This record gives sequence, C-alpha cells and structure tokens, in this order.
Amino acid sequence: MAEFSLPANSKIGEGKTYKAPAGAKRVKAFKVYRWNADDGKNPVMDTYEVDLDKCGPMVLDAIIKIKNEIDSTLTFRRSCREGICGSCAMNIDGTNTLACLKPIADVQGEVRITPLPHMPVVRDLVPDLNQPYAQLRSIEPWLQAETAPPPDAERLQSKEERAEIDGLWECILCFCCSTSCPSYWWNGDRYLGPAVLLQAYRWIADSRDEATGKRLDALEDPFKLYRCHTIMNCTQTCPKGLNPAKAIGKIKQLMLERQG
Amino acid sequence: MKDVREALMVGRNSEGKLVRRPLSPHLQVYKPQISSATSIFHRITGVALSAGTILLVAWLVAAASGDAAFSVVQAIFASWIGQLVLFGFTLALFYHFCNGIRHLSWDAGKGFELPDMHRSGRLVIGAAILLTVAFWAVAYIVG
Repeated sequence: MAEFSLPANSKIGEGKTYKAPAGAKRVKAFKVYRWNADDGKNPVMDTYEVDLDKCGPMVLDAIIKIKNEIDSTLTFRRSCREGICGSCAMNIDGTNTLACLKPIADVQGEVRITPLPHMPVVRDLVPDLNQPYAQLRSIEPWLQAETAPPPDAERLQSKEERAEIDGLWECILCFCCSTSCPSYWWNGDRYLGPAVLLQAYRWIADSRDEATGKRLDALEDPFKLYRCHTIMNCTQTCPKGLNPAKAIGKIKQLMLERQG
Repeated sequence: MKDVREALMVGRNSEGKLVRRPLSPHLQVYKPQISSATSIFHRITGVALSAGTILLVAWLVAAASGDAAFSVVQAIFASWIGQLVLFGFTLALFYHFCNGIRHLSWDAGKGFELPDMHRSGRLVIGAAILLTVAFWAVAYIVG
C-alpha cells in the first residue's frame, strides 16, 4: 500500500556535527543518515566536515575517510570501490547510485547520503535486501534446458544471439533501480521490481535457455510484472547505464505476442 | 492482506532483544525528475479527468432538462471560477492525451532510451500547454 509519509519511528532528526580540522581550505559537509538498534532513538542526520584536499574524489572515498579518521561507528557496505560489486549502493544527493562511482564534485553544496529508499534499515547506510534477493530466487536466475548439451562442447550461440543479452548480463544487482521505483516502494511485497525483472528478461532473452514459456507463465500476474507503469526512474538511476524499463517493456511485448 | 515486508522490519539489538527497524526515507529524499514527474502528472490528470467528466454530465443533464437549468449551468461555467476549472480540465485532457501517446509508443517498444525519454517528456509538457492555449484562443475568438 502507498504510504507517503514515514512511520513515527523512522522520522529523521538532526544529529551531531563534526567540524573540519582547523586550517582545512576546501571543506565539504556530508550529511549522513545514522541509526542503530541499541540506543532506542529515531534516525538522525550527522554532519561530517571533510577536508577535500586530503580526500579521494569519490563519495565512497569520503565516507571511508570519515570512518577511518572521524567516526569509526559509521556503518556502510563497500567492497570493490570500482563499480563492479554493487555493495556501496545508496541514495546520494537525492538519487540512488554507487558511492564509488559518484564524484563528490558532482554535488552542489552539502552531500546528503541516506540508505537505499523504502527499505528496512539494519544500521546507518545498510538496508535489509532480503526481499529483493528472495524475489531474485523466485525467477530462477539460471540456465534451464531440456535438451542435453553437446557432449564435447559448450552450448553455442551466434554473435547475434549473444548480442541479445548485452545490456542485461552487466547488471551487478545493486538494487539502485528497484529502490528508486515508486511502484516498488508501494507494492514491493508483490511487484518484483526493475532489477529482478531485468534478470528475468536476461534468461528469457538467452538463446540457450529453453524455459521461456515457463518463465513468462510465472510473470503473468497483475502484480509481479504489471505494477511497472513505465515511470523510468530505474533507467534514470542505473549506475551501470543499463535499461531495466526497456527490458520490462520487452517482457510485456512477449506476453502480448504469445496471446496471439 | 498483510504486507510480507513487515517481517523484515523486525531486527535485534546487541543484546538480542527484538527492535523495530526504521524504514529508510523515500519520497522525503528522492529528487523529482522528469521520469517520475511526467508519470505522477499522468495519474493526477487521469483522476482529474474522471472528476471533470462530472462537469460534462452536468452540462448535458441541464441541457436535457430545459432552459432554466441550462442557463444556470452556463452561468456557472461562464464565471471566472468556472472558466478556470474548465481551463484546468482541458489542460489535464491534453496532457493525458499526449502522455498517453507516449505510453502507447513505450507499449510498442519504442522510446526507452534515456535521451528519447527526456525529449518525449519535454515534448509532451510543451504540446499539452500549447494545445490548451490554442484551444482557448480559438474558443474565445470564435465564441
């Protein structure tokens, strides 16, 4: 159900301010969402002033610096720091993206950082992603075929067949897109969301997969697929430049085509 | 039906006690952009059109019931507030019509690339305003 305001326990207060060290010339303020399960308080926005002359160029560099040098309790996910693992997905300056791919210089004024939207918060910038992961499992994201593979070779594809899954296989499952989608916010209990639907189409579009009919049957549902209203926040926000809205559009077209 | 995501709203603190997790901010922080703006306007204008259709029905019913009723409704529609409502109705109509064509093109698999989406969004807003102004200009010149 659509609930436009935050529940009482989720309303955000003003937190502490950590001043920049004296003598810092290029100071940038980072307002970061903080919540932990232990102090029994509502979330707050803490402000950290960072000396950009002593910081790497990306937002991830800044929050790692904050954790290392200013406040070690700040909690966030990160791993590869180069846009391939999808761990540091968060809302920066009002849109979802990967902190490691977002230049600090792209943000005017203070940098506001909150967790991926409309998700249960485990701590600080760490959302609970169990729901989208369970939805991903539900679409059976692996190759399914009845016919046996050639005994002495892989299942082959032509170059054209292989090109069909370009723009799909590159998805790193950061869920920036799903959590940017208002439809997923309101109906994420039953709507699969753009990331999972893009994965569903990735296997539908794969010439080696033989379960297309079964996959389409599973998506033929007023909620799982058709809560997509082509809002296109997903494509707008994808840090890898992929197009989930287009993939969903293709699934809808296939649904129509098979109805004849 | 209870929302299954409710189960994930419960976590534990360091002592193992159950605590209720907050929901991360969504509308409160997400920047409005042309993608979401054109979409929400489509829905709002759709609702406005349903409500506005009552005006059309009122006008027809009045016309069917005779001179007296018709002149009352005409007077209301001709008042500045009536004209303002009708102007809003036509704006909603033209916007919903133009953006509906945009949705038809998406349904046909076209216009999903970001530059196309941005262009078509601006085009729809521009066309809706232009058509509305042209419609009222003609209405006032002719009427």
